[in-house]
Amino acid sequence: MALQSLDIKARSATTTPPPRARDPIHVAKLIDISKCIGCKACQVACMEWNDLRDEVGTNAGTYDNPRDLTAQSWTVMRFSEVEVEQGRLEWLIRKDGCMHCEDPGCLKACPAPGAIVQSVNGIVDFHQEHCIGCGYCITGCPFDIPRLSKKDSKVYKCTLCSDRVAVGMEPACIKTCPTGALVFGTKGDMIRHAEGRIADLKERGYANAALYNPEGVGGTHVMYVLQHGDKPELYANLPKDPHISPLVSLWKGIAKPLMSLGIGLAVFAGFFHFVTAGPKEVEEEEKAD
Amino acid sequence: MTNHWVDIKNTDLVLIMGGNAAEAHPCGFKWVTEAKAHRKARLVVVDPRFTRSAAVSDYYAPIRAGSDIAFLGGVINYLLTHDKIHHEYVKNYTDSSFLVKDEFSFENGLFSGYDPEKRSYDRSSWGYQIGEDGYARVDPTLQHPRCVFQLMKAHYSRYTPEMVSTVCGTPQAAFLKVCETIAETSAADKTMTIMYALGWTQHSVGSQMIRTGAMVQLLLGNIGAPGGGMNALRGHSNIQGLTDLGLLSDLLPGYLTLPRDAEQNFGAYIDKRASKPLRPGQLSYWQNYNKFHVSLMKAWFGDAASAENNWCYDWLPKMDKGYDLLQVFEDMGQGKVNGYVCQGFNPLGSAPCKVKVSNSLSKLKFLVIVDPLATETSEFWQNHGEYNDVDPTKIQTEVFRLPSTCFAEEDGSLINSGRWMQWHWKGAEPPGDAKGDQEIMAGIFLRIRALYQKEGGAFPDPILNLTWKHKVPSSPAPEELAREFSGKALKDVTDPKDPTRVLVKAGEQLNGFGELRDDGSTSCGCWIFSGAWSEKGNLMARRDNADPFGIGQTLNWAFAWPANRRILYNRASCDPSGKPYDPARKLIAWDAGAGKWTGADVPDFVADSAPENGMNPFIMNPEGVARFFAVDKMAEGPFPEHYEPFETPLAANPLSPGNPMVRSSPAARVFKDDWATFGKADKFPFVATTYRLTEHFHFWTKHARLNAITQPEQFVEIGEELAKAKGIKAGDHVRVKSNRGHIVAVAVVTKRIMSLNVNGKRTHTVGIPLHWGFMGLAKNGYLTNTLTPFVGDGNTQTPEFKAFLVDVEKV
Repeated sequence: MALQSLDIKARSATTTPPPRARDPIHVAKLIDISKCIGCKACQVACMEWNDLRDEVGTNAGTYDNPRDLTAQSWTVMRFSEVEVEQGRLEWLIRKDGCMHCEDPGCLKACPAPGAIVQSVNGIVDFHQEHCIGCGYCITGCPFDIPRLSKKDSKVYKCTLCSDRVAVGMEPACIKTCPTGALVFGTKGDMIRHAEGRIADLKERGYANAALYNPEGVGGTHVMYVLQHGDKPELYANLPKDPHISPLVSLWKGIAKPLMSLGIGLAVFAGFFHFVTAGPKEVEEEEKAD
Repeated sequence: MTNHWVDIKNTDLVLIMGGNAAEAHPCGFKWVTEAKAHRKARLVVVDPRFTRSAAVSDYYAPIRAGSDIAFLGGVINYLLTHDKIHHEYVKNYTDSSFLVKDEFSFENGLFSGYDPEKRSYDRSSWGYQIGEDGYARVDPTLQHPRCVFQLMKAHYSRYTPEMVSTVCGTPQAAFLKVCETIAETSAADKTMTIMYALGWTQHSVGSQMIRTGAMVQLLLGNIGAPGGGMNALRGHSNIQGLTDLGLLSDLLPGYLTLPRDAEQNFGAYIDKRASKPLRPGQLSYWQNYNKFHVSLMKAWFGDAASAENNWCYDWLPKMDKGYDLLQVFEDMGQGKVNGYVCQGFNPLGSAPCKVKVSNSLSKLKFLVIVDPLATETSEFWQNHGEYNDVDPTKIQTEVFRLPSTCFAEEDGSLINSGRWMQWHWKGAEPPGDAKGDQEIMAGIFLRIRALYQKEGGAFPDPILNLTWKHKVPSSPAPEELAREFSGKALKDVTDPKDPTRVLVKAGEQLNGFGELRDDGSTSCGCWIFSGAWSEKGNLMARRDNADPFGIGQTLNWAFAWPANRRILYNRASCDPSGKPYDPARKLIAWDAGAGKWTGADVPDFVADSAPENGMNPFIMNPEGVARFFAVDKMAEGPFPEHYEPFETPLAANPLSPGNPMVRSSPAARVFKDDWATFGKADKFPFVATTYRLTEHFHFWTKHARLNAITQPEQFVEIGEELAKAKGIKAGDHVRVKSNRGHIVAVAVVTKRIMSLNVNGKRTHTVGIPLHWGFMGLAKNGYLTNTLTPFVGDGNTQTPEFKAFLVDVEKV
């Protein structure tokens, strides 16, 4: 299966049109929470493949460790103990990480040209060499995923192993998952796989089992099978109807043109000044230094 | 496992009890998800905690730690009273029809023959009635009051749903729901698999818990069937190999047994073990014991072992008592042990009652540690603050550390839970001065042998005559050892039916244990492994996963002992006429045309014995059938009976409240001084249980950074109700105390540990993961076994790590 096209579909703060000669194949990772045992093998595989080593932390009274996403932890398990009905306990374990939105708020918000790109296959990738560390992507993300590194003031998150996918391999987390809770393929195949899982869950008594592929962000390239699709918030506050923050629209819709205009005016004023006043004269003493 | 990992995909129902497969065996657990996905199998979990396995289960029932026999006894009672058993199977393939001696009795919690002084039984009344023909008497109608079926029914009639709820704390509705689900698999074409692990083993009645599970499976006809069986999930990748190869103190390789002190006569030693059939037409395969034993002695001592010297029988140690882990540390504490070699073992962390272990190690003259890691045991003498508060100036033990390789740094075979012997290849060179275990042992052996050669000694023969034919004597190769345990012909081995026909030529590797002889013409280091390395080569190294029958048996993947057989007792998957009980899951069947048993697996049977011959499927047993009545095999009695853990919140055993002698197991060994170390419920009111986590492997992976990152710091789990009563919030530090010591850890406050009503009293459980210590990269912590009691199972002496008493307080 040719999933490896990394043609760029969108690039932050750039208006160059994307290549369109090839038909896109959309990829997706499907996380079946009803099969997840929370073993954290995916966390370890992610750290190994991506050369990440977080701090050896502490225990805060839960199984969650590392406690949160960081620049060194691109995926973490979030454990939730819930009683959906009286007397029936469930331990819902959600692998958290970048959702690879079809309409990525991070990319929209990013002012640094090429720091965030979206491949035609749906992967949203951060190119840290272009990142200016402004953190707008963090505001732009409806899932609270990107993390600013204290080491280099750049932002990091899951790449969906774009480097592996580019050469026809599945992401590291998929390869390591022992129970098949994580699967990877074309988005169409993953939706069909999810339908089978949802039918099975309904037969086992989960009437509201559903696929999580939220429309508010144009759908995602990381999707969940939820036993309780009507209550995503049970899963460590997975947003029910995620949308890109209005601040990003403000930035894109009004603020950015205004600012661009401002920059343009400044440039124009500078040019006008140069034309009228000529180049800046340098004092003799300074030259001697 | 009677079955194996892949076979779990063939099941209709998975019962996880006494284990937590998703947590401790995440890779094998994939076969549970396969069964769920492709057979719509259901998963039921019974556990004191709502575990990671429970997180993906269809039904969960809570149970008080240590009360599993009461629960399973209740299941037996349910199956019998609701007539939900596999009748044909129970009648034909079990001892249900066998008549038991009239002297056998059970009263007030005790079986006949108990001696309270010795805390053990005279087991002579625990047997069958033997007829004049020398065979056991039977009543095929199962009506005789002394038949096993009726005695079993009477015994478990006391295990009512009310009693189960009283003892286990499981709500009656939940217990009955589990019973109903299990009972569905009594249908001939339905199976249940039981996946258990140390949650059953590590109790003072652990072996009997497992037996009770096996009895449930026999009643349902689930032993021998694909997707069925009793499946022990082993905790180390090669711990199955450890027991198979006879590394327990009372075993020889292949489950042959060491003689006891009284067994000085070789013939009597063999006769006792080579059991004759107890019913007509039965195989009783242990009749061949002598062939296995003689071939072992030939492997060990070569030409020195001959018929004239009884194959060196006099050289074998004769045991005065067991030398299990607890006994050795007891003896060490009494100053009876001078030196101890700890190879791949960390007893300061892994043995119960750390203070006793530490005191015992302090009495040694020398301690040798062979390990890839700097273990806590190797540092037992060093002060590590609150975690190991000892005074090094008072400890004179000299400690030697010999760095060894880990599994990935050597070739060899590992045996998994499913008895597959899988060859593996070195992935990396060992670091620094680390040497392989064989090399280290060879170094010690060759030096000792040289000393014996030079200086003589009291008893040099076994050392001087030990077979040591290695290309590089100082470094025996794994391939050489594998060929030795698989076995070879020393002279031509001929067909007993046609002595002119040579089966294996002298010097060739054997094809299997069927070729072993008791005349010294074969050599085999472990009879059950025989054939793993034949003239065809190293069959353990095979990696063909072709599955032509689609039932997951993959006979060309590695080698499964015995005889490459994947499912034990597979003859019992067919009815007496040889037809599979479930044609859709055909494992083997009688092929009348070919005159043999054929199918997807190697038949666990005489391949050409026709069904009308009447040979029964349990060919290792002299009865030919499986036992509900364990005769004299178990220390506590022929039927499993519930006894409380040695530390229990209950004042009496609810099944025999009037008899203080049977509150806890009357047949468990307790050393004199240890009685005083047991705590009582007035000071230590909470039930504690220890276990491991997915993120770690025992005390190893705290040395690995990735594991340390995913689970960095010691914690204990406390239910919300207890936490509220004690004012403990998640993330607080708490002190957990037993009568033997204390640990301090972070509190994880959880809904997943429920408080239960046990015997009319609210009972709380404290869950204690075991992985931390004072060495490694994770945050330093206390060794969990600071808390656990020094008592073990009455048969295996496996310590009671899973149920004891503690108190908890906020620090």
